Amino acid sequence: MAEADGRVPRLEMRNVSKTFPGVKALNGVSLKAWGGEVLALMGENGAGKSTLMKILSGAHQPDAGAEILIDGTPVSITGPIAAKRAGIAIIYQELALAPNLTVAENIYLGDEIRRGGIVDRAAMARGCRAVLDRLGAPFGPRTVVGTLSIAEQQLVEIARALHADSRILVLDEPTTALSARETERLFALVRQLRSEGIALIYISHRMAEIYELSDRVSVLRDGGYVGTLDRDGLSAESLVKMMVGRDLSTFYKKAHTDPAAGAAPSDASPPAVFEAVGLTDGGRRVHPCSFAVHRGEVLGIAGLVGSGRTELARLIFGADRKAGGEIRLDGTPVTIDSPKAAIDRGIAYLTEDRKALGLFLDMSCGDNINVGVIDRDARPGGVLDRARGWKRALAAFEALRVRAASPLVPVGSLSGGNQQKVLLSRWLEIGPKLLILDEPTRGVDIGAKSEIYRIIDALAQSGIGLIVISSEMPEIIGTCDRVLVMREGRIEGEVGGRTGVAITQENMMRLASGTAAQAA
Amino acid sequence: MSENTSGFVVVPAKAPGASGAPEPAPRGSGGAGLSARQVQIRSIVQAIGMLPVLLILCIGFHLLTEGRFFTGQNLSIVAQQASINTVLAAGMTFVILTGGIDLSVGSIVAISAMCGALVSFVPGGGVLGILAGLGMGTFVGLINGVLIAGLRLPPFIVTLGSLTYLRGFARLIGHDTTVFNPDLPFAFIGNDAVFGVPILAIIALLVIVVSWFILRRTVLGVRIYAVGGNPNAARLSGIKVWAVLLFAYCASGFLAGLGGIMALSRLYAANGLQVGQTYELDAITAVILGGTSFVGGVGTIWGTLIGALIIAVLSNGLILLGVSDIWQFIIKGLVIVGAVALDRFRQPGART
Repeated sequence: MAEADGRVPRLEMRNVSKTFPGVKALNGVSLKAWGGEVLALMGENGAGKSTLMKILSGAHQPDAGAEILIDGTPVSITGPIAAKRAGIAIIYQELALAPNLTVAENIYLGDEIRRGGIVDRAAMARGCRAVLDRLGAPFGPRTVVGTLSIAEQQLVEIARALHADSRILVLDEPTTALSARETERLFALVRQLRSEGIALIYISHRMAEIYELSDRVSVLRDGGYVGTLDRDGLSAESLVKMMVGRDLSTFYKKAHTDPAAGAAPSDASPPAVFEAVGLTDGGRRVHPCSFAVHRGEVLGIAGLVGSGRTELARLIFGADRKAGGEIRLDGTPVTIDSPKAAIDRGIAYLTEDRKALGLFLDMSCGDNINVGVIDRDARPGGVLDRARGWKRALAAFEALRVRAASPLVPVGSLSGGNQQKVLLSRWLEIGPKLLILDEPTRGVDIGAKSEIYRIIDALAQSGIGLIVISSEMPEIIGTCDRVLVMREGRIEGEVGGRTGVAITQENMMRLASGTAAQAA
Repeated sequence: MSENTSGFVVVPAKAPGASGAPEPAPRGSGGAGLSARQVQIRSIVQAIGMLPVLLILCIGFHLLTEGRFFTGQNLSIVAQQASINTVLAAGMTFVILTGGIDLSVGSIVAISAMCGALVSFVPGGGVLGILAGLGMGTFVGLINGVLIAGLRLPPFIVTLGSLTYLRGFARLIGHDTTVFNPDLPFAFIGNDAVFGVPILAIIALLVIVVSWFILRRTVLGVRIYAVGGNPNAARLSGIKVWAVLLFAYCASGFLAGLGGIMALSRLYAANGLQVGQTYELDAITAVILGGTSFVGGVGTIWGTLIGALIIAVLSNGLILLGVSDIWQFIIKGLVIVGAVALDRFRQPGART
């Protein structure tokens, strides 16, 4: 589009390379972004997207020979202040706001209006009113940021960027923590900003978003620039091929047979491997939930973010206190009042936030894998048999094909996909009957994603009961035999399995948004 | 493959998706991890830590004092001076590795020394003073631990409180006097040597070795690092976080009690007001100089030993040089800040 009409790009990066000691993170990457368009930037984790954006934000300096032009004028971005002056704003996945301050104070952070050395809060509130109105913010300038939802906090960041007259706005995986409705609102906003003439760079792993928003898509792989597709030439296959460098013909694969399919319901069938009866936290986040997971079954739990999916999983796992309900394993009622009790009974829970709630980033992969079963490596007196743990870690590396030099490597230095495999190994080692996977492919690149789907499939084949919680509908559709849809802390309905209702995006969205209930 | 490594992981050995296509080699870009060599170098750098600083200090003082530093007698004095702080710092290492802090160790030294001194007068059973001191230290550590692990109060505040009230109790039970026992039955601990090595130093070294063993060779050790590295993940991995914390504060208390007995046996006396005053600061300094992360989860006991030795060498060297007390404080403080800054510079990205 814009290239043809001869306009000067708002941002042009030419021949950008970045060498870290021993590693070439970027190799001669060039990129153009015009005002009034959304440029999507795609690539697997480690492809160099974040390094490129860090150069744009002044956090890293490129190697000699690189050029950055804004409106055709060469600029040198020596640091965050220079980036701000050049009109560049980056909104990261992890928001950079002070939660204890108000919206206005955050917008003016580092640039407060002072009168005689005293902060003039009233003037600041007045000053950011316009930009908040422009964005249609449902909160005022004096709201404390920590009391806002993630989506609203994102809005504050965008407001801050616009208030600073940014004309190049980078959004780095902005929808990871948003519900479907919030995502819709964000998209509307992105379109509005585009029509106002801002150049937007949109980084995402989600194909659907790329389709919906982008005018052009640039793809990076292994630190190099692969190519750019126009909106017209966009297709999932070509994008995946560009990102991975090979075909992923069978992305989702279901080799295990749905245990419910075919088998007629009979009283003689073995009890479910896991059963929850009226499980609740007293109605704060989870209203009484009852369901079962069968041997070799992959049960999906869908629903919007905040619908109580994670909270339900935490109740099952004993991470939060139950207010009522019963858990049965193989038909026998059990008491689970702590994660340790759950693990001892054979329940494993892969948390949705692997860095905050899963991994010990400074510790070795081996220790991370072994920590759940380390009692088994103890000789009398608690002395460790390190050789045993080492063997187990090596075996796990091989089984899940973890790509790291050795189990001695700190897990924090691995890519997202490999970190996830290490965490998964920890849970597999306990020999679970029930494995709960909460957003198993979040922040994982596309190659590792398909490997994780394979693992899920293989685990089901081996007879484990699995629960997969996910916000990505294609993932649920591609991996699960039966899906529970949650809404506002309740199981709103079920699709797949014996229900006769197909597992489709529409059927699940209807339940998740509550329109099914209204129609009935 | 030993025991469980499982009958259930049945992932195809072939590369998924691609039918036999070669897997892209890990490039090391951004996320592919460190090479085995990088890991080796990293662990060596971590292990050596502040050793160069210690050596430079030793050689420097040796030259400046015209050869009075590296003498058998002086080294024995340095070892003796370092020993109590080494013992306290070992306990502090456990606590800081869990992400906590124990400000009360100096006061535990005082109250344990006082208990030991009082019990040492028991006719025929004066040696029980050792048990009294160790018991007192462990008991106080237990109280700290219960408040921190059980009631989840912040370690800084809990131990700041015990720092204060224990000092009061130490003075109270000694009637605010110096309790002096010229016939202290275990005075040999503080004053004798085996083959020229002071017993105090032997004790300190033993404590370091045992600590190393616990941290690196036991289940408990792995759990200490795990709890310090990520307490939420530790709990969700089935670790009893409270038990680990309880152990750390008990260990710190016990070792501070041991430090109290060491101080008492050296001086034949205990004074509730003066013994152990500001020892907690030296212990914390040794741990931090040793490269242990203040937020927990990262650090080694050998680093702590080197840290404690740096402090002792610095004091000793400055005294040999005849530097005034005032300047000793100034120089020590600056060396500590400088050493940590240097360390930071050496390992960019490391947490402190």
